[in-house]
Amino acid sequence: MRPLTIKRLLWTCGGLGLLLLASVVLALKLGAVPVSVTDLVLDLGRIAIGRADELPTEYRLIVFDLRLPRILLGILVGAALSVAGASFQALLRNPLADPYVLGVSSGAALGSILALIIAPGFALVTPLGALLGAIATIAGVYFLGRREGQLDSTTLLLAGIILASFFSAIILFLMTTLTGRDLRGMAYWLMGDLSTPVSAGMQWIFIVGLVAGIGAIYSTSADLNLLLTGEREATHLGVNVTRVKLVVYVSASLLTALAVSASGAIGYVGLLVPHAVRLIFGSDYRLLIPASALCGAIAIVLADTLARTVVSPTELPVGAMTAMAGAPLFIYLLRRGLR
Amino acid sequence: MSAPETFARTAGGREDHPNREQAVRLNVEQASYAYSASVQSVPTFTLGATSFQAREREIVAILGPNASGKSTLLRLITGTIAPLSGRVELDGEETSRLDVRTRAQRIAVVHQESPIVYPALAGDFVLQGRFPYGRALRFANPEDIEVARNALAQVGAEHLSKRTIGELSGGEKQRVILARALAQQPRLILLDEPTLHLDIGAQVELLERLRQLAQENRYTVVVVTHELGLAAEFADQVVLLQLGRCLRVGPPAAVYQKELLEQVFDAPLDVELGPAGRPRVNLRARRGEDIT
Repeated sequence: MRPLTIKRLLWTCGGLGLLLLASVVLALKLGAVPVSVTDLVLDLGRIAIGRADELPTEYRLIVFDLRLPRILLGILVGAALSVAGASFQALLRNPLADPYVLGVSSGAALGSILALIIAPGFALVTPLGALLGAIATIAGVYFLGRREGQLDSTTLLLAGIILASFFSAIILFLMTTLTGRDLRGMAYWLMGDLSTPVSAGMQWIFIVGLVAGIGAIYSTSADLNLLLTGEREATHLGVNVTRVKLVVYVSASLLTALAVSASGAIGYVGLLVPHAVRLIFGSDYRLLIPASALCGAIAIVLADTLARTVVSPTELPVGAMTAMAGAPLFIYLLRRGLR
Repeated sequence: MSAPETFARTAGGREDHPNREQAVRLNVEQASYAYSASVQSVPTFTLGATSFQAREREIVAILGPNASGKSTLLRLITGTIAPLSGRVELDGEETSRLDVRTRAQRIAVVHQESPIVYPALAGDFVLQGRFPYGRALRFANPEDIEVARNALAQVGAEHLSKRTIGELSGGEKQRVILARALAQQPRLILLDEPTLHLDIGAQVELLERLRQLAQENRYTVVVVTHELGLAAEFADQVVLLQLGRCLRVGPPAAVYQKELLEQVFDAPLDVELGPAGRPRVNLRARRGEDIT
């Protein structure tokens, strides 16, 4: 017996927090303009005590006005997608569930584009459209994935994959016919890309939405542990299944919608990160949710740093990096877990 | 503190009951249910009025062939569905009106198979039984761990606590699932076809253990099964169902009548009375003569 204790939870999250900090420093350092780590740490200290003016202008522009916001966005997106993935895996009792694989990301992308077409100029339109798209998609996948009243895991995944490609086709169609045919930007957005910064007002909406979504899911994490053994079993152990499912479906859709409206459909993060966390730290959701949020943030920050630097000065979409870096790691972890 | 004491302690003054041998724990009174596709349509399955009562330390077997209404009756008792007419009460409270948490503190259900998506240690799995007693994030406190340990000890599975569920044999897994039910410290334990995937040795061991646990911890035990022989040997009462009708309720000796059982189970059977006053059922092979 090795029950989770608060101490182990805090130590693990603290350790992962430090790792995240290290990867942020690394991401700030690397890029077309190299910066030394010592300078960076000193400068971060200067910013922390409110003496940012002392820094050279050009350097501050590159490192703190260009790289830092992009890194912060990566943290938000990575945390949101990983927690959403872990949640879908519990709700659908399917280890392969993930917002991207289930088509929820594409649904959110389609929703935000439709919303932009219908009501352009309204600030909140993209995340709201994305949220509606995400909820509609997960509801659709859930009902398509049922056979004789039971969730069938193969049907469910097929339904998600097919909806995803259907939505992507509509997105391509809408974008080529309606806008200025920016094929490169479009492809990047479909693959997931962090290069477009979020406007100042929206940043707060993102942060509040992320904290609320992860918080709501975390409050049900003990219930999710039992839900994994089946809905009937969970009910007999005292879980209010209907309430938990509603809270988690809505929150996970919200997280996916926020991530997609900021950065497009970045794939496999929600599949990979919770799996890796599960293999290292075990499958207790009380630890899995915060650890996935932190590891998701680390994964996206590092993946985006790679995307910025491997073919420098050209940049790759981060979604391409997650797909390329993710698959081999996934196979390795899966094989190790099977032994 | 010994294991049985830990279990009796939380019973909430049950031991002080003046008349405890007489008190009815589970009261199923003219309970009925009907499944239908929609409100207007004809029910696809109906369970007719069923009545029986069970006291603490008693084992009740719900017996019947497939599609006789056993699972429906089980769901009525657990309170996950409310009866259309009649009532199902546990210590005077209707089970379907209890909130999920309270219900889980009083009723534990053991299903024939728990699907396990991610591997968990058997010990942590048993700790899940403490869920209805916890707050918010339900971190296990020392008492929970003590209760879970005792539960494992009571089913003779302490040595399994550090193994993952996936590594266990059918019989070991069944014991761990039973231990999780014990960790709920329930008053009523319901088992749905618990012997289905067990070999005969493990079946007898499980039922022996249930009888002993019912005595020590004052559980009322309800077992849904179609194992005629095991029910005759271990049940204090038998509820015999056929096609959604409750045919007989009573001790095995009264319910086990050759013609009745042959008709209900549609098989040629021999029933004889064993030395302990319990009936014995033997299957008589047709040898080709009366197959139609």
